[in-house]
Amino acid sequence: MSYCLICQSFIQTEVTWSNFLFPNKASNLCEECQKKIEQIEGDICEKCGRQMKQQGLCSDCIRWETRGECKEVLEKNRAVFQYNSFMKEIISQWKYRGDYHLIEIFKPYILEVFDQHFSKLDSNFVMIPIPLTEERLYERAFNQSEAIAKIISKKSIIPSILKRDPTKTEKQSKKSKRARLESNNPFYLETGLNKTAVIVDDIYTTGTTIYHAAKTLKLAGCPHVYSFTLIR
Amino acid sequence: MKESHYLAGKILLREEINIHNDQFHHLIELGYLQSIPAITRKFHQYKCNRCHTTTLHHFGKIPCSRCQTTHVYCRNCIQTGRVLFCEELFLWTGPDIVWPQQKNPCYWDGTLTKHQQLAANAILHATSKPKQELLIWAVCGAGKTEMLYPAITEAIRHNKRICLATPRADVVQELYPRLKEVFPNTEMEALYGGTGVRTGVGQLIIATTHQLIRYQNAFDLLIIDELDAFPFHHDPLLHQFAVRSAKKYATKIYLTATPRPKQKRLIESNKLKAIFVPIRFHGYPLPVPRLRLELGLKRKISQNKMLHSLEAFLDSHDPKRQWLLFVPTIQLLTPFAKLLEEKGLDLATVHADDPKRKEKITAYREGKINVLITTTILERGVTFPSIDVVMIDAGHDVFDEAAIVQIAGRAGRSPKDPTGDVLLIHQGKTEAMIQAVKQIKRMNQKGKAL
Repeated sequence: MSYCLICQSFIQTEVTWSNFLFPNKASNLCEECQKKIEQIEGDICEKCGRQMKQQGLCSDCIRWETRGECKEVLEKNRAVFQYNSFMKEIISQWKYRGDYHLIEIFKPYILEVFDQHFSKLDSNFVMIPIPLTEERLYERAFNQSEAIAKIISKKSIIPSILKRDPTKTEKQSKKSKRARLESNNPFYLETGLNKTAVIVDDIYTTGTTIYHAAKTLKLAGCPHVYSFTLIR
Repeated sequence: MKESHYLAGKILLREEINIHNDQFHHLIELGYLQSIPAITRKFHQYKCNRCHTTTLHHFGKIPCSRCQTTHVYCRNCIQTGRVLFCEELFLWTGPDIVWPQQKNPCYWDGTLTKHQQLAANAILHATSKPKQELLIWAVCGAGKTEMLYPAITEAIRHNKRICLATPRADVVQELYPRLKEVFPNTEMEALYGGTGVRTGVGQLIIATTHQLIRYQNAFDLLIIDELDAFPFHHDPLLHQFAVRSAKKYATKIYLTATPRPKQKRLIESNKLKAIFVPIRFHGYPLPVPRLRLELGLKRKISQNKMLHSLEAFLDSHDPKRQWLLFVPTIQLLTPFAKLLEEKGLDLATVHADDPKRKEKITAYREGKINVLITTTILERGVTFPSIDVVMIDAGHDVFDEAAIVQIAGRAGRSPKDPTGDVLLIHQGKTEAMIQAVKQIKRMNQKGKAL
């Protein structure tokens, strides 16, 4: 017995010989809802992992490349889903309304995509979830980036090494694109870190958050910085 | 104390109480706020004390960074605010609000018909005594809202708090301006799953039943409109909200045009008092649906072919006159819109999740659109003065007896134009259709006898 996590309808799977003999794990979404999810597939921007019509760099990444200070900070970003209206709904229910359980929807997708793009990484890598300010963490009762990172590997997470200065942090989603690009770097580290790092965040919009965090990590001594987001 | 006005009669999470900690603790010390655990566990069953659910799949697990443990939270409450296991709910146990004194709160200058007056008197009588329950069984277009005015007036005079709960947001939106005109000096709120009119302080509250989730022990007079409608009829939790939101000695008035068998049984066994209003306020009978058989209806629908019966209806129909087309599913909206657009009709489609639903209905009401193709969301509560109604695939499961009676009741609502055409296009009569026609005819007979 399972119910679709989004539309609450009862999920009825057809019984065939193969799933009768080898029961596969029940899906968390009904077929209708599954169809509405758009994964990032085919041609992508080689830098930020955005869905593209042809190979190359996307306009956002070209802008980052031309800004001297950010060059060579981030190796690459890879993401799982496109941000369509259905995904916006799911994210808002998950993150803003706080329906933590929806992470179950993303689980199989995250594992698959992470494996696809980061399997060649040396096994010593660490995962750095983007931290929240204390106030926001209390409000949400969970850190969405940490939730994503936990799915990939619980061992390699270093949760509280990257710190966020609350005085320099405002809600990104409430700012204009320009204001975001020009905002101050709110991240800092208290110790050095000499390991390959994968930054984990939920949404890559302009890349500001990721680039800020990447720059901080690079200065702290990380030889390579990658990032992985749920959405681009 | 201003905050007491906001908190009175409510059951809230700490996040929903918008006051500083000092003041908050002061209220607790005074005993004005009482806390209860948000989710309780009994044996192996959880229960959310906000929405009363005990269903297993309504509880999700969260590794909570507030209390550093993994525990459950209520997923059923997500849309109105998450409830964590480690949280508390706060009930107001302080003094009631004293509302501004009004001698004549009612500014309505219309008059009730004889039958409306009879029902209004019964409601008034029930309101004046504690713990009364009364069902008003009135046909569509009987003028149920007007019948409530005397009782609401009396309740306002006696410093009572009133809630008019209805299952549909559209109905809340329609009723609010109407009642605001009638009771202009009364603090009013319109609550539904949108922006609405929320001041937190309302003596007269018009709300969808879901919104009652934040109220407890609040109302002296609780009026439930369309008692038999979805989702109220389907969701026992909503019923519990309604019961919780009313005070112990509150009077409860139920309004319906199509009582369900459960209520009919209660009436017949004299467990529920009922007043019957079988006649419309303009005194004309209800339009009786015409049943029209369309052979191969399902096939024609799936092939997007024009229906003969619909074509015949169009030919005989005055092109200036507005009409509603009811279809059973959202998927059928666009095919029928296309078919009718080819005929050169000025139309729009509307369904429950339509972002422009409000605008479209307003445009239709103002006569800017000629035809509105809709799912059952417009089946009840909404009034368009002179329209005809066509129902496609009337044998579909969504059109049960109550739905057909309600939809037929959309036609002929205006005293200037008291008749209307109701056409059910079907592929074989169903019990629901036959019973609906029977019910309408029976009502008309009763109405005539009066």
